[in-house]
Amino acid sequence: MEAFGLLLHGFAVLLTGKTLLLMMVGLVLGIFVGVLPGLGGPNGVAILLPLTFTMDPTSAIVMLSCIYWGALFGGAITSILFNIPGEAWSVATTFDGYPMAQQGRAAEALTAAFTSSFIGSLVAVLLITFLAPMISSFALKFGPPEFFAVYLLTFCSFVGLGREAKHKTVISMALGLLLAGVGMDTVSGQLRMTFGSAELLRGINFLVAVIGLFGISEILLTMEERLALRGHAAGISLRVVLSVWKDLPKYWVTLLRSSVIGCWLGITPGGAIAASFMGYNLAKRFSKDQESFGKGRIEGVFAPETAAHASGTSALLPMLALGIPGSGTAAILLGGLMVWGLNPGPLLFVEHKDFVWGLIASMYLGNVVGLVLVLTTVPIFASILRVPFAAVAPMIVVSCAIGAYAIQNAMFDIWLMLGFGVVGYVFKKVGIPLAPFTLALVLGNRAEDAFRLSMIGSGGDMKVFWSNGLVGTITTVAIVLLFWPVIDKALTGFTRMLKPAKA
Amino acid sequence: MSNTDIEIVVDDPTAPEDNSPSVVSNRTVDVVVSLLLLVLAVTLGWDNWRTGASWDSTGPQPGYFPFYLSVILGGASLYGLGAAFVSRRVAAETFVTRAQLRRVLAVFVPTLLFCLATQYLGLYVASFLLIAGFMRLVGKIALWKSVLTAFVFTAVMFVTFDIVFDVIMPKGPLEAALGR
Repeated sequence: MEAFGLLLHGFAVLLTGKTLLLMMVGLVLGIFVGVLPGLGGPNGVAILLPLTFTMDPTSAIVMLSCIYWGALFGGAITSILFNIPGEAWSVATTFDGYPMAQQGRAAEALTAAFTSSFIGSLVAVLLITFLAPMISSFALKFGPPEFFAVYLLTFCSFVGLGREAKHKTVISMALGLLLAGVGMDTVSGQLRMTFGSAELLRGINFLVAVIGLFGISEILLTMEERLALRGHAAGISLRVVLSVWKDLPKYWVTLLRSSVIGCWLGITPGGAIAASFMGYNLAKRFSKDQESFGKGRIEGVFAPETAAHASGTSALLPMLALGIPGSGTAAILLGGLMVWGLNPGPLLFVEHKDFVWGLIASMYLGNVVGLVLVLTTVPIFASILRVPFAAVAPMIVVSCAIGAYAIQNAMFDIWLMLGFGVVGYVFKKVGIPLAPFTLALVLGNRAEDAFRLSMIGSGGDMKVFWSNGLVGTITTVAIVLLFWPVIDKALTGFTRMLKPAKA
Repeated sequence: MSNTDIEIVVDDPTAPEDNSPSVVSNRTVDVVVSLLLLVLAVTLGWDNWRTGASWDSTGPQPGYFPFYLSVILGGASLYGLGAAFVSRRVAAETFVTRAQLRRVLAVFVPTLLFCLATQYLGLYVASFLLIAGFMRLVGKIALWKSVLTAFVFTAVMFVTFDIVFDVIMPKGPLEAALGR
């Protein structure tokens, strides 16, 4: 019950007028970004990050995480009303959400989406509250080999479990790790990969890369599409909200199942998209009336939204407890923590109790406030879509440039951002995933340090990664995951060989 | 339904046509990207080899870790190069159509000019020019609306960052003339 006391303390940290105001501002900005075509969670956080540079860490992270919740809520608005999924994981929401809106049940669908997002996040936050302190106190015993093994596990699971072509994930990851190494070597102080350029001495800043990759490239991609849209924005009346809530207990199995799937997939990297589809498909499979899915069934909104938000939120668990982000957005938040001089990982729970519990408390509060806010203001936000993209696009470009410059006061970073914008555009179009790159860039230095320290400790003997039960297990699991597609194939082939023998 | 219903219709007059001819195929871009990555891998690998990619008395030298990453990157891009030539599916796909490219360039070129202008005129002047110019020329929005929006946005940014939060942005001759 220690966690409970600390959580109450966290609420006390939060409940000041200034923090609450920042939360509201963050949520509004987040919903705004989420509603705009083509922009979603990671883009919103990346673009609005510079706003928080001058704040103290607690206010800054509270505002950033609220931007994230807001963007998630905002994505549901466009999915349901206009059939435009703001993010890949909102795709499953459009299957039943848009038909409901067409039948004039938009208010019902929106209430269902917001409520289930809220439930999904709440379950995940509860998990974080009780599990994160335990994991981090366990991880305090980790030495460099254990940490390197955990990093290896993260990278390998991306390659082995990702849906993209394997070599493209490897390219994206190796490139991220390499670029993280540019500049001064932290161990020996020697310069690496700078080619005599004074600008590269500072290294390639993670946030500059992220602003280019997610901000500028997204604008370029959005312009390719037809930006016309048509739909109805309905106000949500209290009567509709209450009638949807009254029916909630009927769907408790769906909600619980989706929450569990979401939490599980969220902790393993890159899971939110898979979670939303899995939540939807399982709800459909276990339903007595499968035909009605896809034609405007409220369960078809509950299932994917709960799963997506549970996984989006639980992706913050490994970030807080181990310093390893479970999603692209978590990686950006992690980059933010480093800007404020906080070192994410198990020590965070010991050294910055106020900060961690303030953040966890803000997840509860942010979701409650967000739910009320979106339920009351949907029509206003939906009409943001009327603002022509030709006005929004240059403003986003300017915000990106301000952000990139503000990090290190360097004009070179604005050019770097532009370069990363082009790289991001091309990568997305040829199918090189950006999430592994982001993760590798933010973890690169720490992964290398962990590797070198364990090598120095063992005198260059690779066996250090199998030196005790814990590190050995993690390393082995990592390697199994890396070759998982091959192993999976071999296993199916093997069972097929056995089957005819039995028959 | 209820009378709070608002219909929202947004048109996109300059939308890219669906039947626009392809400028470049996915295979070509795949090959070019793989080649560029290969060149990058070789360059970085060579630089790390020069820095020292072996072991000395204190453990691995600074180039050790990145050197092997360059090898991995090089290997993966070689594989990608091969895969791009073999795959038939990728070859047929269009990377970008002419109409799409025109729209993308309509954003990219102004962004590039904006970065240049920031270097010489300062960020605030550049941002005013970008927003006003983009809205007027690309978005075909009335001149007074464009100029007003650009002015208000730039002014809000200036007040927020320069005055309230004290975050200094690149400045040019105009700010110098105004004494900021």
